[in-house]
Amino acid sequence: MNRIQQSLQTQEKLLSIYFTAGYPQLNDTVSIIENLAASGVDMIEIGLPFSDPLADGPTIQQSSTTALNNGMHTALLFEQLKDIRKTVSIPLIVMGYFNPMLQYGVEAFCKKCNEIGIDGIIMPDLPLDVYQEEYEAIFKENGLINVFLITPQTSEERIRQIDNASDGFIYMVSSASVTGAKQGFGSEQETYFQRIAALNLKNPQIVGFGISNNQTFEQATAKAKGAIIGSAFIKHITTHGTDNLQSFVNKIRSKES
Amino acid sequence: MTYHANEKGYYGEFGGAFIPEMLYPNTEELRQNYIRIMEEPSFKEEFDQLLRDYVGRPTPLYFAERLSKKYKAKLYLKREDLCHTGAHKVNNTIGQILMAKKLGKNRIIAETGAGQHGVATATVCALMGIDCVVYMGEIDIARQAPNVARMKMLGAEVRPALSGSRTLKDATNEAIRDWINNPVDTHYIIGSVVGPHPYPDMVARFQSVISEEIKWQLKEKEGRENPDYVVACVGGGSNAAGAYYHYLDTPEVGIIAVEAAGKGIDTGESAATSALGKEGIIHGSKTLLMQTADGQITEPYSISAGLDYPGVGPMHAHLFRSGRGEFISITDDEAMIAGLEVSQLEGIIPAIETSHAFAILNHRKFKEDDIVVINLSGRGDKDLNTYIDYFKL
Repeated sequence: MNRIQQSLQTQEKLLSIYFTAGYPQLNDTVSIIENLAASGVDMIEIGLPFSDPLADGPTIQQSSTTALNNGMHTALLFEQLKDIRKTVSIPLIVMGYFNPMLQYGVEAFCKKCNEIGIDGIIMPDLPLDVYQEEYEAIFKENGLINVFLITPQTSEERIRQIDNASDGFIYMVSSASVTGAKQGFGSEQETYFQRIAALNLKNPQIVGFGISNNQTFEQATAKAKGAIIGSAFIKHITTHGTDNLQSFVNKIRSKES
Repeated sequence: MTYHANEKGYYGEFGGAFIPEMLYPNTEELRQNYIRIMEEPSFKEEFDQLLRDYVGRPTPLYFAERLSKKYKAKLYLKREDLCHTGAHKVNNTIGQILMAKKLGKNRIIAETGAGQHGVATATVCALMGIDCVVYMGEIDIARQAPNVARMKMLGAEVRPALSGSRTLKDATNEAIRDWINNPVDTHYIIGSVVGPHPYPDMVARFQSVISEEIKWQLKEKEGRENPDYVVACVGGGSNAAGAYYHYLDTPEVGIIAVEAAGKGIDTGESAATSALGKEGIIHGSKTLLMQTADGQITEPYSISAGLDYPGVGPMHAHLFRSGRGEFISITDDEAMIAGLEVSQLEGIIPAIETSHAFAILNHRKFKEDDIVVINLSGRGDKDLNTYIDYFKL
């Protein structure tokens, strides 16, 4: 069983953290992953930076630009990660945009992920039908779980399709927005969270976009299995550096600040 | 063999819809409805009426006698420069604003580089009384002040794109992000034959009026519908798509696509995508684009803001890859000189984009009885400052 699937079977509400590889410094990747794992994070999304991140707001755009200017690229990220499984045992997911993966070669990319011990891939602009027709076999051969997104506008029919195509979790985008755009959840989100919970999907859902503190984490995980924090974490390391990640994780996990 | 899009929006291996799930409902709504709506008699009637009475179509097909004499071929110019707002762009914005109304949208967004598509969008939004936001790179806002003023005068809000290189590519990213944030009430009017399916096909259909007219106009003048060649400049490629459209599957009509070489293909300052690009994904479409070995999209350069795009539409990528189209790239200098020559031989000051198309006459020899239609996609008023600086006028 894949590490993602194992982690989804626990009773805990999962906290997943996204960060952009190569930010703030080119060689921060491994230490950020190790510190996050030591701070009790359940899952990590390693962002492969892209020049044109369509689904991201200013915070992740900026971190991606800085990472690319620092010299981050696909082969270098894989090089940095080659020994990561000696020190880190929680699920690791590579998240990025499809073009860099395509240029590296989808098969070579998946093989490399498998060698390193990556458990899953999130490529928001790799559509479901193209994945199924061209790449699903390659992902599966390499033990990689492909994670699909749904949004408040996704039809039930399509959610069911995505549920059938998934074998890990569904990335539930909390509102119609790019990353880092909204603060706090209102009744619209509550209704959406309840609506999705009532569908009784076979895959658990992890909520992303708009989670930045304990309150939004609690709201997001009231019905869902976990939550993903990206922009708020990038802002944290921008302001406070990458040393004290425990304090950030503690603030998300409990109401005490 | 066809060079048109298939039902999934592929031209050969290029096209498709590589979009994040957030955009799926919007593009799916469009995909399911665009052909049906375009074929409704009431839609056709309103579209045709606006093209006639508001845009000023049909635009003339003009025999350029002095230019023909100099270059020893029968050169016809398709006068898209005479369209309302000064370029072919308005054919598409008229079509898409009517489409948006049919889909019940009450807010329009668009991207613009030089501002021509932004002006064409602001124009139709004023015409229909619909709110309009145009994204434009901060750098382009500074260098295209008259078009920014035109958009504002037409009632549009011009929002600066502050991310990345702050030009057309980034304005497009910002427009897409706006659409993600406003998925229900907003229609995104893309200005070229780029973006996810169904945009390339939809925009090509709206622009296809250009070649539809060329066919009957040429029949009147020459007794035949088919020229030997159709020539157009290609940035994203909408004027070219319109000029080629009804000839795509007619192999005896040669297709010539003219790209911007900028300061030269090997200088690192170029926008010649067919020469420098590689297959990849840009703005939701699989096509040829300029990128690093690592798949990061690079910044193109051309003196012409309208050709300054790092990709081409998937139709054009397929025309190039299949060999159906002949691709020629033209430097800034060659284009500027051609623009001056057309001004002085024909009394027509072309947009610098279009000047690139004229510049092939110095590269590409035609037979004396060859009929060559050059799509005169826009007029040069917007480029006057660039011409003034370049020629020290």
